[in-house]
Amino acid sequence: MTLNTDPNIAAPDDFYQDLIDLHRDLDDKQSALVNAKLILLLANHVGDAEVLRQAIAAAREDLSPTTDA
Amino acid sequence: MRTYTNTEYPYVKPADLDGAPRHWPVIVAGAGPVGLTAAIDLAMRGIDVLLLDEDNTVSVGSRAICWSKRTLEILDRLGCAERLVDKGVRWNVGRVFFRDEQIYEFDLLPEAGHRHPAFVNLQQYWVEQFLVERVAELPQAELRWQNRVVGVTQQPDRVAVRVATPDGEYVVHADWLIVADGARSPIRGMLGLDSDGQVFHDRFLIADIHMRSEFPAERWFWFDPPFHRNQSALLHRQADDVWRVDFQLGWDADPDQERKPEKIMPRLRAMLGDKAEFDIEWASVYTFQCRRMRSFRHARVLFAGDAAHLVSPFGARGANGGIQDVDNLVWKLELVLEDLAPSTLLDSYDAERTLAADENIRNSTRSTEFITPKGRASRAFRDATLTLAKRHAFARKLVNSGRLSVPATLVDSPLNTPDRAEDRFGAAMAPGNCAADAPVIGPRGDWLLRYLDQGFTMLSFGAAVPADAVAALAGDAVGCNVVHVNAGSAGPAPGVRDRDGLLAQRYAARPGTCYLIRPDQHVCGRWRAFDLARVRNALARASGGSASAARQEAA
Repeated sequence: MTLNTDPNIAAPDDFYQDLIDLHRDLDDKQSALVNAKLILLLANHVGDAEVLRQAIAAAREDLSPTTDA
Repeated sequence: MRTYTNTEYPYVKPADLDGAPRHWPVIVAGAGPVGLTAAIDLAMRGIDVLLLDEDNTVSVGSRAICWSKRTLEILDRLGCAERLVDKGVRWNVGRVFFRDEQIYEFDLLPEAGHRHPAFVNLQQYWVEQFLVERVAELPQAELRWQNRVVGVTQQPDRVAVRVATPDGEYVVHADWLIVADGARSPIRGMLGLDSDGQVFHDRFLIADIHMRSEFPAERWFWFDPPFHRNQSALLHRQADDVWRVDFQLGWDADPDQERKPEKIMPRLRAMLGDKAEFDIEWASVYTFQCRRMRSFRHARVLFAGDAAHLVSPFGARGANGGIQDVDNLVWKLELVLEDLAPSTLLDSYDAERTLAADENIRNSTRSTEFITPKGRASRAFRDATLTLAKRHAFARKLVNSGRLSVPATLVDSPLNTPDRAEDRFGAAMAPGNCAADAPVIGPRGDWLLRYLDQGFTMLSFGAAVPADAVAALAGDAVGCNVVHVNAGSAGPAPGVRDRDGLLAQRYAARPGTCYLIRPDQHVCGRWRAFDLARVRNALARASGGSASAARQEAA
């Protein structure tokens, strides 16, 4: 399987709103935990090792130089 | 109180101090669990072995405590598992806690029909004592206490070992030297060899406490418990009401302070409650490392155990891995010593056991990263995994409180004969796997592994191997014994009956199937129908080439 990077979410604005709402009233540490949980839940749903590897590689692309020491 | 008193074994002045160097087929340096196991295996094969140890007693402190099913099977072959199992604490169940609640439990041996449990917990000093006593029963093994190796010289046809005793030094020669002198391995240093790897920046307190308690014989692991915030803790039961407690302390902890009883007691009190009655038997603060030597064979010197590779303690892969090293090595040495195999067979020891060491290092490194996450992102993923694990089964698979020792699968070993495509075997019990035990009925008792010999064995399901082939294989220089399974009256002795059908199930066998099993109980070839030439080829391959190659080398 190949990582699908074409549009695949029916209502993108709704999804984005849900994602932002997820973090409402959370401090940075809680947000980090929630993000990690979300990644793990989605990764398990995907399951396919090759797709996960491609997603991990894609996430690592285009990083700006570290500013937050 | 102390539950164990170390025996001081007598030093005997070696006759070698006066006279010419004596020659031994094999010398073993280091009488820890690995060196002792090697000496027993060699002696049981009729090989004279000199075992040298610098000290005069067994392990001080409990150190390695979890002995795996595979270790028990190996020690069973060497006639010393029973005492260990009788004295030790059997366990299969582990529980994992996060903060103030249990998130899940696991059973390492969920199926019935195994002789041994997943683990027996027993203090290392007991294990070493039993092995020392086993060595004493074997006339071909000689154990010399307070004999310290101070020099090793490789020569083309032998290795010269210089030994220091309270009465001075002497020299002995050997065809082969097995080095099992521990993590700091003085001999590795003498030969100018390195062991490379990674040091973990964390400190752990381990304490043995004597306590009468109703806690079950299980492995309990806590992440971030209320009694030890932000760190991990581990509790294990050992023999004689001794319990192992392990506290992660962090890198900044002061080891000299942390090992003081006045520092340890409040930690234990917080963990065990106000009512628990206990006292401290032994405590140590340690850091750990994962590293290995690039090669375990250096001409006539063979490294095993912690001298060759070092892992973190999570997963019980240190001593168990070391015992599997010598299980792999000793039969190969026997074939080489008898000129039945070329000395290049010993390169397969290096290939197979460095692979196993890498597997152990990989597993224990991953456990360490999960248990002691470094950095904010690692910590977030770790805590996310633990939080999800309580509710969701998938996350339990990600929780890593130690991937507990299982035998290495030597799938890519040059000694394996690959399956023939038309035989249509599955992955289970493929060449390179450790032979699974199963309940049987037969003259040597109730378990299959009892029927595997010190040499190669062929398991023949149904009447797979005809009588003339059985005789031919028994007569070959590197041949095998045939064990018939469910052959009825057709098969000559020794034969077994598959008591519950588990043997055929575990080997995916049907009538006609045969398995060739190495002396260290690993499968090296299998077929749906017996063919003498194929089996002989497989035997030649598993013994490092053909017997004629060995003769040529000897000539």
